[in-house]
Amino acid sequence: MTTPSKADATADRSGDALPAIDVRQLHKYFGELEVLKGIDFHVDRGEVVCVIGPSGSGKSTLLRCINRLEDPTDGQILIEGDDITDVDADVDALRSRIGMVFQSFNLFPHLSVLRNLTIAQRRVHKRSRHEARKVAEHNLERVGLLEKIDAFPAHLSGGQQQRVAIARALSMDPDMMMFDEPTSALDPELVGEVLAVMRDLASEGMTMMVVTHEMSFAREVADRIVFMDEGVVVEDGPPEQLITDPQHERTRRFLKVL
Amino acid sequence: MTKRQQQQLVRAALYAVFVLAVLAILVIADWDTIQRNFFNVEIARDMFPEVITIAARNTLLYTALAFSFGLAFGLLLALMRLSTIRPYRWLATVYIETFRGLPALLTIFLIGQGIPIAFGTRWPILLNITLGLGIVAAAYMAETIRAGIQGVHKGQMEAARSLGMSYTRSMMSIVIPQGFRIIIPPLTNELVLLIKDTSLLFVLGTTPQTKELLKFGRDLLNTRFNATPLIVVGGVYLMITVPMTQLVRVLERRNARSR
Ligand SMILES: Nc1ncnc2c1ncn2[C@@H]1O[C@H](COP(=O)(O)OP(=O)(O)OP(=O)(O)O)[C@@H](O)[C@H]1O
Ligand SMILES: [Mg+2]
Repeated sequence: MTTPSKADATADRSGDALPAIDVRQLHKYFGELEVLKGIDFHVDRGEVVCVIGPSGSGKSTLLRCINRLEDPTDGQILIEGDDITDVDADVDALRSRIGMVFQSFNLFPHLSVLRNLTIAQRRVHKRSRHEARKVAEHNLERVGLLEKIDAFPAHLSGGQQQRVAIARALSMDPDMMMFDEPTSALDPELVGEVLAVMRDLASEGMTMMVVTHEMSFAREVADRIVFMDEGVVVEDGPPEQLITDPQHERTRRFLKVL
Repeated sequence: MTKRQQQQLVRAALYAVFVLAVLAILVIADWDTIQRNFFNVEIARDMFPEVITIAARNTLLYTALAFSFGLAFGLLLALMRLSTIRPYRWLATVYIETFRGLPALLTIFLIGQGIPIAFGTRWPILLNITLGLGIVAAAYMAETIRAGIQGVHKGQMEAARSLGMSYTRSMMSIVIPQGFRIIIPPLTNELVLLIKDTSLLFVLGTTPQTKELLKFGRDLLNTRFNATPLIVVGGVYLMITVPMTQLVRVLERRNARSR
Protein backbone atom coordinates (compact mmCIF):
# COMPACT_ATOMS: atom_id res chain seq x y z
CA MET A 1 0.00 0.00 0.00
CA THR A 2 2.48 2.61 1.17
CA THR A 3 5.24 3.02 -1.36
CA PRO A 4 8.03 4.00 1.09
CA SER A 5 8.08 0.63 2.84
CA LYS A 6 8.16 -1.15 -0.50
CA ALA A 7 11.13 0.96 -1.49
CA ASP A 8 12.84 0.22 1.84
CA ALA A 9 12.39 -3.48 1.34
CA THR A 10 13.83 -3.46 -2.14
CA ALA A 11 16.77 -1.40 -0.95
CA ASP A 12 17.32 -3.94 1.81
CA ARG A 13 17.25 -6.82 -0.59
CA SER A 14 19.78 -5.37 -2.94
CA GLY A 15 21.99 -3.78 -0.29
CA ASP A 16 22.42 -6.81 1.95
CA ALA A 17 22.88 -10.36 0.80
CA LEU A 18 22.20 -11.94 4.21
CA PRO A 19 19.05 -14.07 4.01
CA ALA A 20 16.24 -13.31 6.47
CA ILE A 21 15.91 -16.99 7.34
CA ASP A 22 18.66 -19.49 6.71
CA VAL A 23 18.00 -23.08 7.74
CA ARG A 24 20.92 -25.50 7.57
CA GLN A 25 20.72 -29.27 7.96
CA LEU A 26 17.81 -29.00 10.40
CA HIS A 27 16.79 -32.20 12.14
CA LYS A 28 13.90 -32.54 14.54
CA TYR A 29 12.91 -35.63 16.49
CA PHE A 30 9.84 -36.16 18.62
CA GLY A 31 11.14 -39.02 20.72
CA GLU A 32 12.03 -41.72 18.20
CA LEU A 33 10.10 -40.08 15.38
CA GLU A 34 12.25 -38.09 12.96
CA VAL A 35 9.97 -35.35 11.66
CA LEU A 36 12.52 -33.10 9.93
CA LYS A 37 15.29 -35.00 8.16
CA GLY A 38 17.94 -32.44 7.32
CA ILE A 39 16.20 -29.37 5.94
CA ASP A 40 18.22 -26.84 3.93
CA PHE A 41 16.21 -23.82 3.08
CA HIS A 42 16.31 -20.04 3.04
CA VAL A 43 14.09 -17.01 2.68
CA ASP A 44 15.59 -13.75 1.42
CA ARG A 45 14.55 -10.37 2.71
CA GLY A 46 11.32 -9.16 1.18
CA GLU A 47 10.66 -12.56 -0.29
CA VAL A 48 7.36 -14.45 0.00
CA VAL A 49 7.80 -18.22 0.23
CA CYS A 50 4.85 -20.59 0.32
CA VAL A 51 5.34 -24.05 1.81
CA ILE A 52 3.09 -26.84 0.60
CA GLY A 53 3.01 -30.56 1.25
CA PRO A 54 0.85 -33.39 2.54
CA SER A 55 -0.40 -33.59 6.12
CA GLY A 56 2.28 -34.74 8.53
CA SER A 57 5.16 -33.77 6.24
CA GLY A 58 6.60 -31.42 8.90
CA LYS A 59 5.55 -27.99 7.61
CA SER A 60 4.25 -26.76 10.97
CA THR A 61 7.23 -28.22 12.77
CA LEU A 62 9.61 -26.33 10.46
CA LEU A 63 7.79 -23.07 11.13
CA ARG A 64 7.70 -23.72 14.85
CA CYS A 65 11.42 -24.48 14.95
CA ILE A 66 12.17 -21.16 13.28
CA ASN A 67 10.76 -19.22 16.22
CA ARG A 68 11.79 -21.86 18.72
CA LEU A 69 8.29 -22.97 19.73
CA GLU A 70 10.01 -26.30 19.15
CA ASP A 71 13.66 -26.89 19.92
CA PRO A 72 15.57 -28.18 16.91
CA THR A 73 17.36 -31.44 17.60
CA ASP A 74 20.27 -30.71 15.28
CA GLY A 75 21.34 -28.17 12.68
CA GLN A 76 21.37 -24.41 12.49
CA ILE A 77 18.81 -21.68 11.97
CA LEU A 78 20.11 -18.17 11.24
CA ILE A 79 17.73 -15.23 11.50
CA GLU A 80 19.39 -12.33 9.70
CA GLY A 81 22.70 -13.89 10.55
CA ASP A 82 21.98 -14.59 14.23
CA ASP A 83 22.14 -18.24 15.19
CA ILE A 84 18.97 -18.91 17.18
CA THR A 85 19.83 -22.52 17.96
CA ASP A 86 22.67 -21.15 20.07
CA VAL A 87 22.02 -21.94 23.75
CA ASP A 88 22.79 -18.32 24.63
CA ALA A 89 20.32 -16.92 22.11
CA ASP A 90 17.75 -14.57 23.62
CA VAL A 91 14.66 -16.47 22.54
CA ASP A 92 12.16 -13.80 23.63
CA ALA A 93 13.93 -11.05 21.72
CA LEU A 94 14.17 -13.34 18.71
CA ARG A 95 10.46 -14.14 18.79
CA SER A 96 9.44 -10.50 18.87
CA ARG A 97 11.24 -10.12 15.51
CA ILE A 98 9.22 -12.94 13.94
CA GLY A 99 5.45 -12.48 13.67
CA MET A 100 3.50 -15.72 13.91
CA VAL A 101 -0.06 -16.34 12.72
CA PHE A 102 -1.72 -19.60 13.72
CA GLN A 103 -4.39 -21.69 12.09
CA SER A 104 -6.61 -21.32 15.15
CA PHE A 105 -6.01 -17.54 15.53
CA ASN A 106 -5.18 -17.85 19.26
CA LEU A 107 -6.43 -14.40 20.16
CA PHE A 108 -6.56 -13.80 23.91
CA PRO A 109 -10.30 -14.22 24.62
CA HIS A 110 -10.24 -12.40 27.96
CA LEU A 111 -8.80 -9.22 26.45
CA SER A 112 -10.30 -6.65 24.10
CA VAL A 113 -8.92 -6.29 20.58
CA LEU A 114 -6.96 -3.24 21.71
CA ARG A 115 -5.40 -5.09 24.66
CA ASN A 116 -4.64 -8.07 22.42
CA LEU A 117 -2.57 -5.72 20.30
CA THR A 118 -0.94 -3.71 23.08
CA ILE A 119 -0.12 -6.22 25.82
CA ALA A 120 3.10 -7.52 24.27
CA GLN A 121 4.10 -4.10 22.96
CA ARG A 122 3.96 -2.77 26.49
CA ARG A 123 5.62 -5.75 28.18
CA VAL A 124 8.26 -6.58 25.58
CA HIS A 125 8.96 -3.31 23.77
CA LYS A 126 8.18 -1.26 26.91
CA ARG A 127 6.08 1.15 24.89
CA SER A 128 3.91 3.66 26.69
CA ARG A 129 0.16 3.12 26.75
CA HIS A 130 -0.27 5.98 24.31
CA GLU A 131 2.40 4.81 21.91
CA ALA A 132 1.16 1.21 21.97
CA ARG A 133 -2.37 2.38 21.21
CA LYS A 134 -1.11 4.42 18.25
CA VAL A 135 0.65 1.38 16.81
CA ALA A 136 -2.42 -0.80 17.44
CA GLU A 137 -4.70 1.67 15.68
CA HIS A 138 -2.34 1.88 12.72
CA ASN A 139 -2.25 -1.91 12.32
CA LEU A 140 -5.99 -2.38 12.81
CA GLU A 141 -6.46 0.14 10.05
CA ARG A 142 -4.14 -1.90 7.83
CA VAL A 143 -6.36 -4.97 8.26
CA GLY A 144 -9.52 -2.89 7.98
CA LEU A 145 -10.81 -3.44 11.52
CA LEU A 146 -10.23 -0.17 13.32
CA GLU A 147 -13.91 -0.01 14.28
CA LYS A 148 -13.54 -3.28 16.25
CA ILE A 149 -10.87 -1.88 18.56
CA ASP A 150 -13.02 -2.25 21.69
CA ALA A 151 -14.68 -5.55 20.73
CA PHE A 152 -13.86 -8.87 22.32
CA PRO A 153 -12.62 -11.77 20.16
CA ALA A 154 -15.73 -13.87 20.77
CA HIS A 155 -17.82 -11.21 19.03
CA LEU A 156 -15.78 -11.33 15.80
CA SER A 157 -16.15 -13.67 12.85
CA GLY A 158 -13.34 -16.12 12.15
CA GLY A 159 -12.03 -13.98 9.33
CA GLN A 160 -12.03 -10.89 11.52
CA GLN A 161 -10.27 -12.79 14.31
CA GLN A 162 -7.54 -13.88 11.96
CA ARG A 163 -7.10 -10.32 10.66
CA VAL A 164 -6.81 -9.10 14.27
CA ALA A 165 -4.25 -11.84 14.89
CA ILE A 166 -2.25 -10.54 11.91
CA ALA A 167 -2.51 -6.98 13.24
CA ARG A 168 -1.37 -8.23 16.65
CA ALA A 169 1.74 -9.80 15.16
CA LEU A 170 2.43 -6.68 13.07
CA SER A 171 2.21 -4.48 16.15
CA MET A 172 5.51 -5.90 17.36
CA ASP A 173 7.16 -4.48 14.20
CA PRO A 174 8.51 -7.88 13.15
CA ASP A 175 11.14 -8.26 10.47
CA MET A 176 9.25 -11.20 9.00
CA MET A 177 5.89 -12.95 9.25
CA MET A 178 5.12 -16.66 9.43
CA PHE A 179 1.69 -18.04 8.66
CA ASP A 180 0.69 -21.62 9.48
CA GLU A 181 -2.37 -22.44 7.38
CA PRO A 182 -3.99 -19.12 8.27
CA THR A 183 -7.21 -19.81 6.36
CA SER A 184 -7.71 -23.54 7.02
CA ALA A 185 -10.02 -23.02 9.99
CA LEU A 186 -12.21 -20.50 8.15
CA ASP A 187 -15.54 -20.86 6.42
CA PRO A 188 -14.91 -20.60 2.66
CA GLU A 189 -16.61 -17.21 2.33
CA LEU A 190 -14.21 -15.71 4.93
CA VAL A 191 -10.98 -16.92 3.33
CA GLY A 192 -10.80 -14.07 0.83
CA GLU A 193 -10.61 -11.22 3.34
CA VAL A 194 -7.64 -12.82 5.11
CA LEU A 195 -5.80 -13.56 1.89
CA ALA A 196 -6.40 -9.96 0.78
CA VAL A 197 -4.65 -8.68 3.93
CA MET A 198 -1.74 -11.04 3.30
CA ARG A 199 -1.53 -9.95 -0.33
CA ASP A 200 -1.26 -6.31 0.82
CA LEU A 201 1.48 -7.24 3.26
CA ALA A 202 3.41 -9.02 0.53
CA SER A 203 3.14 -6.04 -1.78
CA GLU A 204 4.48 -3.81 0.98
CA GLY A 205 7.64 -5.88 0.91
CA MET A 206 7.17 -7.92 4.09
CA THR A 207 9.29 -11.06 4.31
CA MET A 208 6.78 -13.90 4.54
CA MET A 209 6.73 -17.66 4.96
CA VAL A 210 3.30 -19.14 4.42
CA VAL A 211 2.20 -22.73 4.91
CA THR A 212 -0.94 -23.01 2.82
CA HIS A 213 -3.18 -25.16 0.70
CA GLU A 214 -4.41 -22.11 -1.26
CA MET A 215 -2.64 -22.83 -4.53
CA SER A 216 -4.06 -19.84 -6.38
CA PHE A 217 -2.77 -17.54 -3.63
CA ALA A 218 0.64 -19.22 -3.72
CA ARG A 219 0.79 -18.96 -7.48
CA GLU A 220 -0.12 -15.28 -7.48
CA VAL A 221 1.76 -13.97 -4.44
CA ALA A 222 4.74 -16.26 -3.78
CA ASP A 223 8.20 -15.60 -5.11
CA ARG A 224 8.99 -19.26 -4.47
CA ILE A 225 7.10 -22.38 -3.56
CA VAL A 226 8.67 -25.09 -1.44
CA PHE A 227 7.25 -28.61 -1.56
CA MET A 228 7.88 -30.72 1.54
CA ASP A 229 7.21 -34.40 2.01
CA GLU A 230 8.14 -36.76 4.85
CA GLY A 231 10.46 -34.29 6.54
CA VAL A 232 12.51 -33.22 3.53
CA VAL A 233 12.33 -30.37 1.04
CA VAL A 234 11.57 -32.20 -2.19
CA GLU A 235 11.39 -29.25 -4.53
CA ASP A 236 11.92 -25.51 -4.33
CA GLY A 237 11.30 -23.12 -7.19
CA PRO A 238 9.30 -20.28 -8.77
CA PRO A 239 5.51 -20.87 -8.64
CA GLU A 240 4.95 -21.12 -12.36
CA GLN A 241 7.63 -23.73 -12.81
CA LEU A 242 6.80 -25.76 -9.72
CA ILE A 243 3.11 -25.90 -10.49
CA THR A 244 3.16 -26.38 -14.24
CA ASP A 245 6.37 -28.33 -14.58
CA PRO A 246 7.27 -30.14 -11.32
CA GLN A 247 10.60 -31.93 -11.49
CA HIS A 248 9.79 -34.70 -9.03
CA GLU A 249 7.28 -37.50 -9.12
CA ARG A 250 6.18 -36.83 -5.51
CA THR A 251 5.43 -33.19 -6.30
CA ARG A 252 3.46 -34.21 -9.36
CA ARG A 253 1.39 -36.68 -7.36
CA PHE A 254 0.68 -34.14 -4.62
CA LEU A 255 -0.40 -31.44 -7.05
CA LYS A 256 -2.68 -33.87 -8.83
CA VAL A 257 -4.67 -34.86 -5.72
CA LEU A 258 -4.98 -31.25 -4.55
CA MET B 1 -55.26 -53.93 35.68
CA THR B 2 -53.63 -51.81 33.02
CA LYS B 3 -50.10 -50.59 33.36
CA ARG B 4 -51.38 -47.06 33.79
CA GLN B 5 -53.66 -48.04 36.65
CA GLN B 6 -50.76 -49.83 38.32
CA GLN B 7 -48.64 -46.71 38.16
CA GLN B 8 -51.41 -44.61 39.64
CA LEU B 9 -51.82 -47.07 42.50
CA VAL B 10 -48.12 -46.92 43.32
CA ARG B 11 -48.19 -43.15 43.33
CA ALA B 12 -51.22 -43.09 45.63
CA ALA B 13 -49.50 -45.48 48.02
CA LEU B 14 -46.39 -43.27 48.14
CA TYR B 15 -48.49 -40.22 48.98
CA ALA B 16 -50.29 -42.18 51.71
CA VAL B 17 -46.97 -43.20 53.31
CA PHE B 18 -45.88 -39.55 53.35
CA VAL B 19 -49.10 -38.33 54.97
CA LEU B 20 -49.00 -41.09 57.59
CA ALA B 21 -45.39 -40.29 58.47
CA VAL B 22 -46.16 -36.61 58.94
CA LEU B 23 -49.17 -37.44 61.09
CA ALA B 24 -47.17 -39.86 63.20
CA ILE B 25 -44.49 -37.24 63.85
CA LEU B 26 -47.11 -34.66 64.78
CA VAL B 27 -48.82 -37.03 67.22
CA ILE B 28 -45.78 -38.71 68.76
CA ALA B 29 -43.50 -35.69 69.08
CA ASP B 30 -43.53 -33.74 72.31
CA TRP B 31 -43.92 -30.29 70.81
CA ASP B 32 -43.63 -28.42 74.06
CA THR B 33 -40.27 -29.98 74.87
CA ILE B 34 -39.00 -29.46 71.35
CA GLN B 35 -39.95 -25.84 71.32
CA ARG B 36 -38.46 -25.19 74.77
CA ASN B 37 -35.17 -26.89 73.93
CA PHE B 38 -34.59 -26.04 70.32
CA PHE B 39 -36.60 -22.94 69.51
CA ASN B 40 -36.51 -20.98 72.70
CA VAL B 41 -37.15 -17.39 71.65
CA GLU B 42 -35.80 -15.87 74.83
CA ILE B 43 -32.45 -17.64 74.61
CA ALA B 44 -32.22 -16.86 70.92
CA ARG B 45 -32.84 -13.19 71.59
CA ASP B 46 -30.06 -13.09 74.20
CA MET B 47 -27.56 -14.23 71.58
CA PHE B 48 -27.87 -11.00 69.62
CA PRO B 49 -25.98 -9.00 68.66
CA GLU B 50 -22.86 -11.00 69.69
CA VAL B 51 -23.66 -13.94 67.43
CA ILE B 52 -23.24 -11.57 64.50
CA THR B 53 -20.76 -8.97 65.74
CA ILE B 54 -18.35 -11.49 67.26
CA ALA B 55 -19.07 -15.04 66.16
CA ALA B 56 -20.11 -14.59 62.53
CA ARG B 57 -17.52 -11.88 62.07
CA ASN B 58 -14.77 -14.19 63.34
CA THR B 59 -15.95 -17.06 61.15
CA LEU B 60 -15.77 -14.82 58.10
CA LEU B 61 -12.43 -13.35 59.12
CA TYR B 62 -10.85 -16.78 59.63
CA THR B 63 -12.28 -17.98 56.34
CA ALA B 64 -10.87 -14.96 54.53
CA LEU B 65 -7.44 -15.41 56.08
CA ALA B 66 -7.25 -19.12 55.32
CA PHE B 67 -8.64 -18.66 51.82
CA SER B 68 -6.15 -15.94 50.93
CA PHE B 69 -3.27 -17.99 52.20
CA GLY B 70 -4.60 -21.12 50.49
CA LEU B 71 -5.06 -19.32 47.19
CA ALA B 72 -1.59 -17.77 47.12
CA PHE B 73 0.19 -20.90 48.30
CA GLY B 74 -2.04 -23.12 46.17
CA LEU B 75 -1.09 -21.12 43.07
CA LEU B 76 2.56 -21.56 43.92
CA LEU B 77 2.07 -25.33 44.39
CA ALA B 78 0.15 -25.56 41.11
CA LEU B 79 2.97 -23.82 39.25
CA MET B 80 5.46 -26.15 40.91
CA ARG B 81 3.44 -29.17 39.80
CA LEU B 82 3.55 -27.87 36.23
CA SER B 83 7.24 -26.98 36.42
CA THR B 84 9.72 -28.63 34.09
CA ILE B 85 12.08 -28.97 37.07
CA ARG B 86 11.51 -32.41 38.51
CA PRO B 87 12.29 -31.79 42.23
CA TYR B 88 9.71 -28.99 42.30
CA ARG B 89 7.11 -31.24 40.76
CA TRP B 90 7.97 -33.96 43.19
CA LEU B 91 7.87 -31.67 46.23
CA ALA B 92 4.49 -30.22 45.29
CA THR B 93 3.02 -33.68 44.71
CA VAL B 94 4.17 -34.92 48.10
CA TYR B 95 2.75 -31.84 49.81
CA ILE B 96 -0.60 -32.06 48.05
CA GLU B 97 -1.06 -35.79 48.62
CA THR B 98 -0.01 -35.52 52.27
CA PHE B 99 -2.34 -32.74 53.33
CA ARG B 100 -5.27 -34.01 51.32
CA GLY B 101 -4.82 -37.42 52.90
CA LEU B 102 -4.69 -36.25 56.53
CA PRO B 103 -7.68 -35.23 58.66
CA ALA B 104 -7.82 -31.42 58.78
CA LEU B 105 -8.01 -31.62 62.55
CA LEU B 106 -4.61 -33.29 62.72
CA THR B 107 -3.00 -30.40 60.85
CA ILE B 108 -4.70 -27.89 63.11
CA PHE B 109 -3.46 -29.70 66.21
CA LEU B 110 0.00 -29.90 64.72
CA ILE B 111 0.16 -26.16 64.15
CA GLY B 112 -1.66 -25.10 67.31
CA GLN B 113 -0.14 -27.51 69.80
CA GLY B 114 2.64 -29.54 68.20
CA ILE B 115 4.74 -26.52 67.27
CA PRO B 116 4.43 -24.69 70.64
CA ILE B 117 5.43 -27.87 72.44
CA ALA B 118 8.35 -28.54 70.12
CA PHE B 119 9.79 -25.03 69.97
CA GLY B 120 8.34 -23.44 73.08
CA THR B 121 7.09 -20.48 71.07
CA ARG B 122 3.53 -19.23 70.87
CA TRP B 123 2.52 -17.74 67.58
CA PRO B 124 -0.26 -15.17 67.46
CA ILE B 125 -3.65 -16.86 67.29
CA LEU B 126 -4.46 -15.42 63.87
CA LEU B 127 -1.29 -16.91 62.41
CA ASN B 128 -2.17 -20.30 63.88
CA ILE B 129 -5.63 -20.04 62.38
CA THR B 130 -4.36 -18.96 58.96
CA LEU B 131 -1.84 -21.78 58.80
CA GLY B 132 -4.00 -24.42 60.47
CA LEU B 133 -6.73 -24.12 57.88
CA GLY B 134 -4.70 -22.61 55.02
CA ILE B 135 -2.14 -25.39 54.76
CA VAL B 136 -4.84 -27.92 53.97
CA ALA B 137 -6.83 -25.51 51.81
CA ALA B 138 -3.71 -24.83 49.72
CA ALA B 139 -3.38 -28.54 48.95
CA TYR B 140 -6.94 -28.76 47.63
CA MET B 141 -6.80 -25.47 45.78
CA ALA B 142 -3.49 -26.38 44.13
CA GLU B 143 -5.18 -29.25 42.32
CA THR B 144 -8.10 -27.06 41.27
CA ILE B 145 -5.80 -24.31 40.02
CA ARG B 146 -3.62 -26.78 38.16
CA ALA B 147 -6.67 -28.16 36.38
CA GLY B 148 -7.67 -24.59 35.50
CA ILE B 149 -4.27 -23.74 34.07
CA GLN B 150 -4.16 -26.96 32.09
CA GLY B 151 -7.67 -26.26 30.84
CA VAL B 152 -6.42 -23.19 28.98
CA HIS B 153 -5.72 -24.09 25.35
CA LYS B 154 -2.00 -24.46 24.79
CA GLY B 155 -2.21 -22.16 21.77
CA GLN B 156 -2.67 -19.30 24.24
CA MET B 157 0.75 -19.83 25.75
CA GLU B 158 2.26 -20.26 22.28
CA ALA B 159 0.67 -17.08 20.97
CA ALA B 160 1.96 -15.14 23.97
CA ARG B 161 5.45 -16.60 23.63
CA SER B 162 5.50 -15.96 19.89
CA LEU B 163 4.97 -12.26 20.64
CA GLY B 164 8.14 -12.32 22.71
CA MET B 165 6.62 -12.45 26.18
CA SER B 166 8.57 -14.54 28.69
CA TYR B 167 7.16 -17.72 30.22
CA THR B 168 6.38 -15.99 33.52
CA ARG B 169 4.83 -12.98 31.79
CA SER B 170 2.67 -15.21 29.58
CA MET B 171 1.56 -17.24 32.58
CA MET B 172 0.64 -14.16 34.60
CA SER B 173 -1.03 -12.09 31.88
CA ILE B 174 -2.55 -14.69 29.60
CA VAL B 175 -2.87 -18.20 31.03
CA ILE B 176 -3.64 -17.69 34.73
CA PRO B 177 -6.41 -15.09 34.23
CA GLN B 178 -8.16 -17.47 31.85
CA GLY B 179 -7.56 -20.45 34.13
CA PHE B 180 -9.11 -18.64 37.06
CA ARG B 181 -12.21 -17.85 35.08
CA ILE B 182 -12.74 -21.58 34.56
CA ILE B 183 -12.23 -22.44 38.22
CA ILE B 184 -14.32 -19.78 39.94
CA PRO B 185 -17.13 -22.30 40.60
CA PRO B 186 -14.94 -25.01 42.16
CA LEU B 187 -13.02 -22.37 44.13
CA THR B 188 -16.28 -21.03 45.53
CA ASN B 189 -17.14 -24.59 46.57
CA GLU B 190 -13.85 -24.76 48.40
CA LEU B 191 -14.64 -21.48 50.08
CA VAL B 192 -17.90 -22.99 51.40
CA LEU B 193 -16.02 -26.01 52.73
CA LEU B 194 -13.58 -23.66 54.40
CA ILE B 195 -16.37 -21.71 56.09
CA LYS B 196 -17.60 -24.93 57.63
CA ASP B 197 -14.09 -26.04 58.56
CA THR B 198 -13.58 -22.93 60.69
CA SER B 199 -15.71 -24.85 63.21
CA LEU B 200 -12.67 -27.06 63.84
CA LEU B 201 -10.68 -24.11 65.12
CA PHE B 202 -12.07 -24.40 68.65
CA VAL B 203 -9.23 -26.82 69.39
CA LEU B 204 -6.79 -23.92 69.20
CA GLY B 205 -8.31 -22.49 72.37
CA THR B 206 -10.29 -19.29 72.20
CA THR B 207 -11.04 -16.22 74.24
CA PRO B 208 -14.53 -14.66 74.31
CA GLN B 209 -13.38 -12.27 71.61
CA THR B 210 -11.99 -14.92 69.22
CA LYS B 211 -14.88 -17.42 69.26
CA GLU B 212 -16.26 -18.41 65.88
CA LEU B 213 -19.85 -19.46 65.29
CA LEU B 214 -19.81 -23.07 66.41
CA LYS B 215 -17.75 -22.47 69.56
CA PHE B 216 -20.02 -19.55 70.41
CA GLY B 217 -23.10 -21.76 70.09
CA ARG B 218 -21.59 -24.70 71.94
CA ASP B 219 -20.53 -22.58 74.94
CA LEU B 220 -24.06 -21.24 75.26
CA LEU B 221 -25.43 -24.77 74.96
CA ASN B 222 -23.39 -25.66 78.03
CA THR B 223 -24.19 -22.56 80.09
CA ARG B 224 -27.89 -22.33 79.25
CA PHE B 225 -28.35 -26.09 79.05
CA ASN B 226 -30.44 -25.68 75.93
CA ALA B 227 -29.98 -26.53 72.23
CA THR B 228 -31.44 -23.31 70.84
CA PRO B 229 -28.01 -21.66 70.38
CA LEU B 230 -27.00 -24.46 68.02
CA ILE B 231 -30.12 -23.88 65.93
CA VAL B 232 -29.39 -20.16 65.78
CA VAL B 233 -25.75 -20.52 64.72
CA GLY B 234 -26.86 -23.20 62.25
CA GLY B 235 -29.19 -20.63 60.74
CA VAL B 236 -26.36 -18.12 60.48
CA TYR B 237 -24.14 -20.69 58.73
CA LEU B 238 -26.88 -21.36 56.21
CA MET B 239 -27.42 -17.65 55.61
CA ILE B 240 -23.77 -17.48 54.55
CA THR B 241 -23.34 -20.78 52.71
CA VAL B 242 -26.62 -21.24 50.82
CA PRO B 243 -26.28 -18.01 48.77
CA MET B 244 -22.75 -19.09 47.89
CA THR B 245 -23.73 -22.55 46.68
CA GLN B 246 -26.49 -20.93 44.66
CA LEU B 247 -23.94 -18.54 43.20
CA VAL B 248 -21.81 -21.52 42.20
CA ARG B 249 -24.77 -23.01 40.38
CA VAL B 250 -25.35 -19.78 38.43
CA LEU B 251 -21.66 -19.49 37.56
CA GLU B 252 -21.48 -23.11 36.43
CA ARG B 253 -24.48 -22.66 34.20
CA ARG B 254 -22.95 -19.54 32.70
CA ASN B 255 -19.62 -21.29 32.14
CA ALA B 256 -21.38 -24.19 30.46
CA ARG B 257 -23.15 -21.80 28.13
CA SER B 258 -20.04 -19.83 27.15
CA ARG B 259 -18.25 -23.00 25.98
N1 LIG C 1 4.56 -32.30 19.78
C1 LIG C 1 4.62 -33.40 19.02
N2 LIG C 1 4.91 -34.59 19.58
C2 LIG C 1 5.00 -35.70 18.82
N3 LIG C 1 4.83 -35.73 17.49
C3 LIG C 1 4.54 -34.58 16.88
C4 LIG C 1 4.43 -33.36 17.60
N4 LIG C 1 4.13 -32.37 16.73
C5 LIG C 1 4.08 -32.94 15.51
N5 LIG C 1 4.32 -34.28 15.59
C6 LIG C 1 4.37 -35.22 14.46
O1 LIG C 1 5.27 -34.69 13.54
C7 LIG C 1 4.83 -34.95 12.21
C8 LIG C 1 4.80 -33.65 11.43
O2 LIG C 1 3.82 -32.80 11.99
P1 LIG C 1 3.53 -31.35 11.44
O3 LIG C 1 2.45 -30.79 12.28
O4 LIG C 1 4.78 -30.59 11.34
O5 LIG C 1 2.99 -31.66 9.98
P2 LIG C 1 2.30 -30.68 8.96
O6 LIG C 1 3.06 -30.82 7.69
O7 LIG C 1 2.17 -29.32 9.53
O8 LIG C 1 0.87 -31.34 8.77
P3 LIG C 1 -0.55 -30.66 8.61
O9 LIG C 1 -0.71 -30.31 7.17
O10 LIG C 1 -1.50 -31.72 9.03
O11 LIG C 1 -0.60 -29.46 9.52
C9 LIG C 1 3.48 -35.62 12.34
O12 LIG C 1 3.68 -36.99 12.17
C10 LIG C 1 3.06 -35.31 13.73
O13 LIG C 1 2.28 -36.36 14.24
MG1 LIG D 1 0.53 -28.13 10.22
